[in-house]
Amino acid sequence: MLTPVVDDDGAPFWEYAARGELRIQACARQDCGELRFPPRPCCPHCQSFESEWRRMSGKGRIWSYVVPHPPLLPDYAEQAPYGVIVVELAEAPRIRLVGNLVSGPGAPLNSVPAERIRIGAKVQVVFGHGGQGGKGGHGRDGKDGGDGADDGGGAGPLPQWVLERP
Amino acid sequence: MAGLAGLKDATAVVGIGQTAFAKQLPESEKTLACRAVLAALDDAGIAPSEVDALASYTMEETDEVELAKSIGAGDLTFFSKVGYGGGGSCATVAHLATAIATGQATVGVAWRSRKRGSGPRPWKNTTVQLPTPAQWTRPFGLLRPADEIAMLTRRYMHEYGATRDHLFNVALACRNRANQNPAAIMYERPLTREMYMTSRWISEPLCLFDNCLETDGALACVIVSKERARDCRRRPVYVHSAGQGLPAQHHGMVNYWNDDPLTGPAWTAARHLWKHADFAPGDVDVAQIYDAFTALIPLSLEGYGFCGRGEGGAFTEGGALEIGGRLPVNTSGGGLSEAYVHGFNLINEGVKQLRGTSTAQVPDAATCLVTAGEGVPTSALLLRS
Ligand SMILES: [Zn+2]
Repeated sequence: MLTPVVDDDGAPFWEYAARGELRIQACARQDCGELRFPPRPCCPHCQSFESEWRRMSGKGRIWSYVVPHPPLLPDYAEQAPYGVIVVELAEAPRIRLVGNLVSGPGAPLNSVPAERIRIGAKVQVVFGHGGQGGKGGHGRDGKDGGDGADDGGGAGPLPQWVLERP
Repeated sequence: MAGLAGLKDATAVVGIGQTAFAKQLPESEKTLACRAVLAALDDAGIAPSEVDALASYTMEETDEVELAKSIGAGDLTFFSKVGYGGGGSCATVAHLATAIATGQATVGVAWRSRKRGSGPRPWKNTTVQLPTPAQWTRPFGLLRPADEIAMLTRRYMHEYGATRDHLFNVALACRNRANQNPAAIMYERPLTREMYMTSRWISEPLCLFDNCLETDGALACVIVSKERARDCRRRPVYVHSAGQGLPAQHHGMVNYWNDDPLTGPAWTAARHLWKHADFAPGDVDVAQIYDAFTALIPLSLEGYGFCGRGEGGAFTEGGALEIGGRLPVNTSGGGLSEAYVHGFNLINEGVKQLRGTSTAQVPDAATCLVTAGEGVPTSALLLRS
């Protein structure tokens, strides 16, 4: 499985994820405070370089989804067809996270049948070694690896999503 | 706009060239590039030694040094490469037009050579740098461009009621034109609704026939000033308007993080294109719209102003995209059915239409829109005869 190749901007997201927290970067200037994702060095609204990582409730709704079929990278082909969802966060609908709808933390990508995925369905974040099964390694050549949570042989926890009403 | 000369009709495409298209060609990308460029120069009746400008894509593997010394180009004073894959196709012509209109060069050649049919699939290289870092998408199994665009397609269908039949209309129009084009990979392969609806999925809601071909091949075109164009062998096809588009808060193919992810780079390129044009969408006789995926066509129809927001699916109904329809598109078969060479075949087909030499000629075509990849930072051209 591919593990996140972390960059400087994204490293805090993965460090918080390793602690089971969903946090999103926000402008730290008092009169601004805009959330932004994906993370970046400065605020596109006020150009401030001061930022903080704001804790989210982890609640959201499915904005869209796809069901990939092979040809895929081998670890993904094994689990295909599986759903990939985009979740818009309850607090900030423009902040959307790509993820997987699973039956529980750490469950495989295909643990919820694709036919059950619906746009608009309410979901809740969980953290698990998502669909990892065994240890990954594909796609990790260390090239751009930051010092984030993904270093070492095991993948750090990925945010995954479960249905609020399964 | 007094004092602003601009690009309008200042330059023209005077030569086009291409290699054969196939799933697998024996020659190298570099050799194919040289063949396409030399064919385009021969078509124009211009000697390679007169070339002083080159433009291609950042993804092009043959660089200017290799190409120039192989074909026997003269001293180059302008060379440019445009990023974002198929989004750069029309920008190669736009950059040359700009250079020539401002006196930076006199004879420009744009080209693309690619062995995507027999070579590796780019998405299998997981170390490649993407516009938006892959840490946010790929670990979750959103691996390929087809997956990324399918995500927007599903949302588009949900919000506006577009259907798989609308996507089929796109695939069918392209296939019908390819069936008229002996150079097209799908020349002898008709498509039926039954084939489409029962084909295998690639990434639901996109099936096999929603995806472009995997092709080996190369194409090129030659651009000169309008004055020089009058002395060339072929009827000039003027670059009437040209634009690039990278909208505010755009994220590339995974454009999931702004107010309206379905309003893509086409809208930005289109605003610029029409602002500098003497005609409007309703005056376009034929369009070559980038079709790596069928869904890009309804989105682009909206973006370039042929219909309103959310009407792109319905626009395809009633044979609108066929010859004789409201807006014939991709008259060579496009990336879906002629060849997928990062959209360069769409440029050359636009030129053929305005020369009157297409294998699916739109009668008296005098204006043509050509677009580059929607869903990535893009570019577009308005051509006129
Ligand atoms: Zn700010």
